[in-house]
Amino acid sequence: MSAQENKQAVLSGGAWLAVLLVAAMIGAALYRLAVGLGAVTNLSDDVPWGLWIGVDVLAGVALAAGGFTIAAAVYIFNMKKYRPVARAAVLTAFVGYVIVSIGIFFDIGKPFTLWHGLVMWQPHSIMFEVIVCVVIYTSVLALEFAGPFLEGIGSGAAKTFTSKKVMIPLAIAAVTLSFLHQSSLGALFLLMPSKLNHLWWTTMLPYNFFISAIAAGLAMVSIEYIIASSVFKHDCNFDILRGLAKGTAITLLLYFLFRVGDIMIKGNLGLMAAAGTGTLFIIEMALVLAPMIMLFFFSSGSEKRAGTVFISQSLVLAGVILNRLNILFLVQLGEGATYTPSFIEIIITLGLIAAIVLAYRIAAVKLPIASSVQADS
Amino acid sequence: MAKSVLVDLTRCIGCRGCQVACKEWNERDAGNTTFKGDFTNPAKLNSDTYTNIKFVETAEKGKVGWSFIKNQCMHCREPACASACPVGALTKTAQGAVSYDFDRCIGCRYCMVACPFDIPKYEWEKTSPAVQKCTFCAERISDGMLPACIKTCPTEAMYFDDYDKIVAEAKMRLDKEPDKYVKHVYGLDEAGGTNWLYISDMPFNTLGFKKGIPNESLPDYTWSVLSSIPEKVVGIVAFLGAVAYFRNRGSNEEVN
Repeated sequence: MSAQENKQAVLSGGAWLAVLLVAAMIGAALYRLAVGLGAVTNLSDDVPWGLWIGVDVLAGVALAAGGFTIAAAVYIFNMKKYRPVARAAVLTAFVGYVIVSIGIFFDIGKPFTLWHGLVMWQPHSIMFEVIVCVVIYTSVLALEFAGPFLEGIGSGAAKTFTSKKVMIPLAIAAVTLSFLHQSSLGALFLLMPSKLNHLWWTTMLPYNFFISAIAAGLAMVSIEYIIASSVFKHDCNFDILRGLAKGTAITLLLYFLFRVGDIMIKGNLGLMAAAGTGTLFIIEMALVLAPMIMLFFFSSGSEKRAGTVFISQSLVLAGVILNRLNILFLVQLGEGATYTPSFIEIIITLGLIAAIVLAYRIAAVKLPIASSVQADS
Repeated sequence: MAKSVLVDLTRCIGCRGCQVACKEWNERDAGNTTFKGDFTNPAKLNSDTYTNIKFVETAEKGKVGWSFIKNQCMHCREPACASACPVGALTKTAQGAVSYDFDRCIGCRYCMVACPFDIPKYEWEKTSPAVQKCTFCAERISDGMLPACIKTCPTEAMYFDDYDKIVAEAKMRLDKEPDKYVKHVYGLDEAGGTNWLYISDMPFNTLGFKKGIPNESLPDYTWSVLSSIPEKVVGIVAFLGAVAYFRNRGSNEEVN
């Protein structure tokens, strides 16, 4: 299979809904640029960071972690089994990071000064480090995706970008840069020990973010693989799904032990008894343990239904998204502050998600996304 | 030597002359305010209000009383906001002020989230908004004048001098009248120390001062992450390079 044979039209059925959402998003975004951040959002001095930072940035970056995880498995650890999902994972991450960057552009108060982040260096700032890592990593993802792209347009240069001597260094760069910025998104909150409940605030926060991002990334790759095999009508390889399930489950187990162990060592487990925050924490942990057990069960059994793994991996995503939103809003919603996203905030977030789906679909139809190398070669 | 201020809450009479002087000197709009159930007005700091006096009703030994708390940027000695800012728009000057540069700011608002005292405010109504907060009247200080709020205070509730002298003054007042004051100088240790210090006759936690702020410098938490990046990068690249070498020996096939 040198190139995927997709007879599908680029736009069919649900894709039109995505086009509609993207169009609405573009309209809303132009309006936002014209009238300013405060006029279109429900953000305030009490809650300066809202839906866009929570979903588009914190959750978005975590969900795109499949890109470096799978690249590491396939190119560095030479786990051939996962080759069929490697290009899809890199594509998701690439599209995801471009969209995250667009989301950040709309979120900052002075969008057209975003470039300051690259020239006005402030090495004591975690935010500066995140900006630099995201920009470099997006470039690395573009290079990782050059192979399928050049193959798709029939360029002879594709061979260079599918060779080990290029892909292995790129994968190493991808893991390094991802470790830095995924963990640093957690480190952003290290400055707020008096604002964030100590079920979440810990000096281990960067590691909690990194480990949970790996789980979210693997979950996302699994979900995409199931959806893609249904949409593009190719066989769903259960061997790959089981491997991903096992990987996700082991990551979740490590995350649970590391996080709860750290809370116990610091003597903060009693905070669980508090109504509200304690309940949120217990729900988060349930969304770690429940899918973990289901995924371990799936990975060992002869379960033949993709639905089981789809549901479990969706719960993993829900848990990681809840974790990011909990941290973001617990920091800000003290002392009676409230926040509900505005209509335009919701439109732009939905539109950005639709843009990811649409870009992925166009690439999957037009370019050889299923790997040119067979799984068992 | 960094300049500093000692706010002696026992001396404040709640006249709010400082609020007016601040607005005048900094040319901030008065704004419309509404009655919110107490005499604090405006109820909160905002992009046009760098300082306000909080009116707190207190009850001590069966006697009802008032406490008036001057509220403004604490000008931390190691400010979380300045370490948070990705473009260096917020800086701690040698003079003691935490100052803001609109031309560098990109509007990420991390400073607002990071500040342990919730001081930086945003111009939400503007298309090109700035972060706003107390400037410590840096230009006045440079010209040898007192900050506007201190200059106007009729009861000398605020005492302005070099940091060391302010700390000494605070301790001296507590020693001199131990029955009058609570035995704590707020800001001496909080968040690694601030250039605005407070002494009071009422416990600080009854006056709405922020709780749970650690005594460590907050930027130390993030610097310990950032300063170890070189070692982490070398470690990860060396480990993955070794894994890649041993796992891919003798094969040069296409992998993508």
